Amino acid sequence: MTAVTDRQKLQYIAAKAADARVNVELETEGMTLNIGPQHPATHGTLRIVARLDGEQVIEAEPIAGYMHRGYEKLAEVRTYPQITTLVNRIDWLGSFANEVPFILAAEQLMEVEAPPRAQWIRTLLFEMSRLGNLILFLGDMGVQLGAVTPAFYAFRDREFVLDQIERVTGGRFHPNFDRIGGLKDDLPKGWLADTKSVMNKVRDFCDEIEELLMGAEIFTARTRGIGVIPKDVAQQYGLSGANARASGIDWDVRRDNCVGLVYPELDWKVWTHPDGDSFARFWVRLQEVREATKMIDQITDGLPSGPIMAKVPRIIKVPAGEAYVATENPLGEMGYYIVSKGDLTPFRVKIRSASFNNVSITPWILRGVYVPDIITILASLYFILGDIDR
Amino acid sequence: MADDTTSDAPATDGPTDAGTAGATTAAETEDVVRDEAREALLALFTDALGDAVVGSHILAGKDLWIRVSNEAWRSAADIARNRLGAKYFGFLSVIDWMPSPYGRSMDSEVDRRIAGDEPYSLPEGSFETGYAGGDTRFQVFARVAHINDPGATWGVTLKADLADESPSVESWTSVFAGADWHEREAWEMYGVDFVGHPGLRHMYLPTGFEGHPLRKDFPLVARQVKPWPGIVDVEQMPSDEDESSEDEAAPSDGTAAEGGES
Repeated sequence: MTAVTDRQKLQYIAAKAADARVNVELETEGMTLNIGPQHPATHGTLRIVARLDGEQVIEAEPIAGYMHRGYEKLAEVRTYPQITTLVNRIDWLGSFANEVPFILAAEQLMEVEAPPRAQWIRTLLFEMSRLGNLILFLGDMGVQLGAVTPAFYAFRDREFVLDQIERVTGGRFHPNFDRIGGLKDDLPKGWLADTKSVMNKVRDFCDEIEELLMGAEIFTARTRGIGVIPKDVAQQYGLSGANARASGIDWDVRRDNCVGLVYPELDWKVWTHPDGDSFARFWVRLQEVREATKMIDQITDGLPSGPIMAKVPRIIKVPAGEAYVATENPLGEMGYYIVSKGDLTPFRVKIRSASFNNVSITPWILRGVYVPDIITILASLYFILGDIDR
Repeated sequence: MADDTTSDAPATDGPTDAGTAGATTAAETEDVVRDEAREALLALFTDALGDAVVGSHILAGKDLWIRVSNEAWRSAADIARNRLGAKYFGFLSVIDWMPSPYGRSMDSEVDRRIAGDEPYSLPEGSFETGYAGGDTRFQVFARVAHINDPGATWGVTLKADLADESPSVESWTSVFAGADWHEREAWEMYGVDFVGHPGLRHMYLPTGFEGHPLRKDFPLVARQVKPWPGIVDVEQMPSDEDESSEDEAAPSDGTAAEGGES
């Protein structure tokens, strides 16, 4: 199962032409449909140019780059602590999760380790930003399919999560809270108890969404069997996160290659789904939200005391070397490849963002689907444009 | 990745031999902490590729770097994917090892340039390259991983040198379909040609963009400062003209007064 070759493309068009010749009366002409750059399904500005034959897509090409900010170049002239401000803006729905792999990669080069309490709070905020991100997905998926109600529930309950993040970091969307060697601050008083009640609300929200959407016949009909990604294709395109797990790939960076976070000490489960269709991707993310609430409950119970900052020099110079550290972000595997030459600034930062790979599969997956399914598939792949364009 | 539990001790070789050229082989990377799983993996690559493996680096308990020759770049991917089971494509990109001629583009550097003290010139000779060595300015690097195997996942970073003049390398798209976008990005950002790529089009930049932004000799315009040009284009106000002709003693109005007379 490789990408479509020109030969296959021609065969497909020839077959279609042969079909059309049988019904001369109904012969159709190809047309080009432009979707975006402004479209609610794109979470930013992604444009899709689809060549149609009737209601079917012959060829679709996503065009990114409307929001390219050049973070890889900008990072080369900024000091390490300054870069967290930039990378906050990559996946803006789960901002804290963007900082963590960068900080961990820098810590690996410096051979610094954050104290246990900082690691636990990092994991806690990491999962909070996962909630902030995925709750929006659960509501948004309904909107794309015509069900408006779940979006209101999602925005209502996401607000509780954002409030909790704001109380710790001071920022709802861009916390900029992670530091090399630890965290900026400790948790405020009374925060842990409130977090527990928020987690209960989020779990109720999951039940609501499950009743609202997964039982609905229209939702099932429009997602089941739509946009199936086989396991092998998913790996070739580097799909990660829930998109990979929905294709039956039993892989989670949190479990298989956890660096600097406390996931191995928590009791949780990696959910996979064998189908690989849009429904599976929705279902896996719903389970992930539930797992995240469980993890946050366990962290609030078992949070160790102690300092939140390791001893690091005031002026951070990172020793020469290379490091690649990835974490399981809400959208998938997010990693930073840092090349340092022992300077105040990194020599090269390669940002491996999840959505870039997740969206690169669209030309393959949109071939042959019907027009309304384009939106279903895009919504279920779930990308953030900032995460593609960086 | 497979052996994160066995050795958590920090690797000691990182900063010291980062600059050594690609002569390092599996036998020579003797760390204080040995990493048998990664050494075995490196041996598999060396067996399959033979002389094409020109450098390697093991950071015990953390990661593995393998540098292959430019000609073997595609076959390295093929072997990793089809023989060794690294079916997951992580990313592909390019490094420009040339030190930036603009320094860190901080103010002092820019001032120096404006003052015209010494013109910037590209550094001569070889550049200091990273893990697994390198002989050229540009290197293509990519990461593939073996996943879907709980408890036994691993990843490796592959590198290959690119020629200084018109760098090119064989495309990975025939092995990993997902390399398509990554190669388009590397092509526009570094000007590296990927032979066999189905369509090298601009990914982010507008069509017709000149230059390759992520190359070190491409200036970051946001950090470039124009010198303050002084007061230019000041129109003479009629009242100023009258005053200056009447009262020429004011030193600050000297230029204006001259303009008024001519």
